[in-house]
Amino acid sequence: MNFDDTPQEAEFRATARAWIGANAPRQYEDELRKSSLGRTVLKNANLLEVAKAWQKKKADAGWACLHWPKEYGGRGSTPIERVIWQQEEGPFGQLSRMFIIGHGMCGPTMMAFAREEHKRTYLPPLASGEKVWCQLFSEPAGGSDVAGLRTRAEKDGDDWVINGQKIWTSGAHYSDYGILLTRTDPTVPKHKGLTMFFLDMKSPGVEVRPIKQASGASDFNEVYFTNVRIPDHQRLGEVGDGWNVSLTTLMNERSAIGAAVSTGFPELFEYCSSLMLDDGPAIEDRAVRSKLANWAVKASGLKYTSMRAISALSRGERPGPENSIGKLVAGSMIQDVATYALDLQGASGVVSGDDAELAGRFQAMLLRAPGTRVEGGTDEIMRNIIAERVLGLPGDIRVDKDVPFNKIPTKGRN
Amino acid sequence: MNFDFSDDQKQLRDQARKFLTEKCSPKAVRVVLDGKAPYDKELWKGLAEMGFLGVAIPEEFGGAGAGHLELCVIAEEMGRANAPVPFSSTVYLAAEALLIAGSDAQKKKWLPAIASGDAIGTLALFEGKGNPAPKAVKLAAANGVLNGVKKPVPDGAIADFAVVAARTGSSGRDGDTSLFLVDLKAAGVEVKNLTNLDPTRGQAEITFKDAKAEPLGAAGEGWSILSQVLDRAAVLCAFEQVGGSDRALEMGRDYALDRIAFGRQIGSFQAVKHMLADMYVLATLARSNSYYGAWALSTNAAELPEAAAAARISATQAFQHCAKNNIQVHGGMGFTWEFDCHMYYRRANAMALGLGSLTYWEDQLIDRMRKKNAA
Repeated sequence: MNFDDTPQEAEFRATARAWIGANAPRQYEDELRKSSLGRTVLKNANLLEVAKAWQKKKADAGWACLHWPKEYGGRGSTPIERVIWQQEEGPFGQLSRMFIIGHGMCGPTMMAFAREEHKRTYLPPLASGEKVWCQLFSEPAGGSDVAGLRTRAEKDGDDWVINGQKIWTSGAHYSDYGILLTRTDPTVPKHKGLTMFFLDMKSPGVEVRPIKQASGASDFNEVYFTNVRIPDHQRLGEVGDGWNVSLTTLMNERSAIGAAVSTGFPELFEYCSSLMLDDGPAIEDRAVRSKLANWAVKASGLKYTSMRAISALSRGERPGPENSIGKLVAGSMIQDVATYALDLQGASGVVSGDDAELAGRFQAMLLRAPGTRVEGGTDEIMRNIIAERVLGLPGDIRVDKDVPFNKIPTKGRN
Repeated sequence: MNFDFSDDQKQLRDQARKFLTEKCSPKAVRVVLDGKAPYDKELWKGLAEMGFLGVAIPEEFGGAGAGHLELCVIAEEMGRANAPVPFSSTVYLAAEALLIAGSDAQKKKWLPAIASGDAIGTLALFEGKGNPAPKAVKLAAANGVLNGVKKPVPDGAIADFAVVAARTGSSGRDGDTSLFLVDLKAAGVEVKNLTNLDPTRGQAEITFKDAKAEPLGAAGEGWSILSQVLDRAAVLCAFEQVGGSDRALEMGRDYALDRIAFGRQIGSFQAVKHMLADMYVLATLARSNSYYGAWALSTNAAELPEAAAAARISATQAFQHCAKNNIQVHGGMGFTWEFDCHMYYRRANAMALGLGSLTYWEDQLIDRMRKKNAA
């Protein structure tokens, strides 16, 4: 049992560290380090531009999308090298956030299902950040129940004509391309009538409307499709096989091993270490200490769970399902942590923004936190996944499973 | 990076599991649970023959000369099997105290006897309510004899010897405490068995009346040695708790698959699935924290105090949670003496107190994290 690199890993780490040391945009390091959930801001620069510039620089030197094959803009690295890179990239990794969906989900789906010429055309600029991709799956009628989606694709000559609406599409407002899951046959049970495509987000008939979130910010969008035409060669997988194609995408989403999840704990511990309460330092208060200890062991538990998964990668194994707990634990924890940080501030905790304690760090965290428990699979869906795929419990009894999609009720009551 | 046990260590775990599945069935545990024997002597002998009692004891003292990582994997299996033997008191507390502070003669006297299963040892620290603290040690040591009362002492009624914490000074500081070795079969020692939450591991009250004692470690060093012993034991107990958590989770899962209600497996209801998923989450966090503790223990790292406290808290929470919700998944049957669920519930809650309460360890963790940050 050890935390040591193998000689090859150590060599890779040294090379990565040297390159990052010489090339990273150090002028933003401090701001990136201080950013936390709900607040990644650069005071004097445009985050998207800085992120794209860093991604391009990495790509030019062969450090983009490490685990992708070289011909598609990657480095052909092993999974463990990718993890080492993430560790070394540190706070600058925050700049990759807007590429996560493209690199982690759209790219792998394209690699598995697109024609070779499309892979060679579209993947390198996706890797280099010159083109940003989004994922168009969720709909007003299909969130956790993605297969309940209603956006129609109908064949017309060599094209498909798309009509419908997507929602919760992260980054659609700055995306160049997207992968799109549609319904091509409503007369068969819901999982069987789906087909996947990729499309140019600038196509006529695509309209992106940012959603104002409960936090006040807008990271997600609604996307409307009105007679949008997609050529058949942009289809990913067989007609009617979209569900299986989407599983490839979602598996990739959940296999982002080693990606640090925010728990809010380091921020809270730091805060409590200097905070004075009415009757003394917060860190010496029994109640505060008990709360901190409980969160500390969750945070360290997640950290070392991730280390165990990385070790499996290092041995060339596929990590076990333990990693699926990260989002579930961190999501509700960061919400509780933020709530508690404000509780410690008393009545003044209500003040947010620049006038607040720590420039509103915990207030921003609190307001953004509900989203973390929903996006990418709600807490309840994550528990179902653990129960079914890890513990082997039966799936839900699905009343709509063998029913043609167009016979499934659409309203709870009339 | 290889933050995992080695193939050899995993093989040892499989070997221990196989052995305990055969020799330590729930039926065997019930013999002790029902008060028909103070502990499972056959099993204890078998553990000695397998080399498990002395796995972390050096060869020169009659052990297998492996290390703490090997002891961790065995501890996990002991917890999983709910073994009714004085393993934790003898191996984690008494043997570790001897390894840390014993003289060559003391080691030669007791360690081979522990490894061979001929001696049961324990640590007599507590004196009634409260948590480990130098000022709570009141039992007096003077002129080579001890006077005072210790309780609860784990496995005190069956132990042959005890490491006893005693007061040798009155400065009000840590240096007031010294450790002693006492032969519990000698004159001046009175032992009274106490009923306790977990009858598969006894607790006793021991009264010392001019009982002969020899110093273990230097005078005034008692608290420093004890802190190390408690940290090591915290990691080792955490592995027992992890093993117990996993077993309780498995029992709940298996029952949820077998039991039909409302025309379907109860494991198909989300209320039950989510309860089991949450048990899995806590058990996984505990396992990972315990692995870190194992790493710190086996490398004698400066991080051990923090890692031990984190493992202790996480594993205590996980075992308590899994044990209580295993009963909940079982419904009414889980609350019967006949079903095994309560054995784990008892063990989980007894273990949560054994080395000091959860609150105590929470406090310790924060102190240790602050120390590290200040350094």
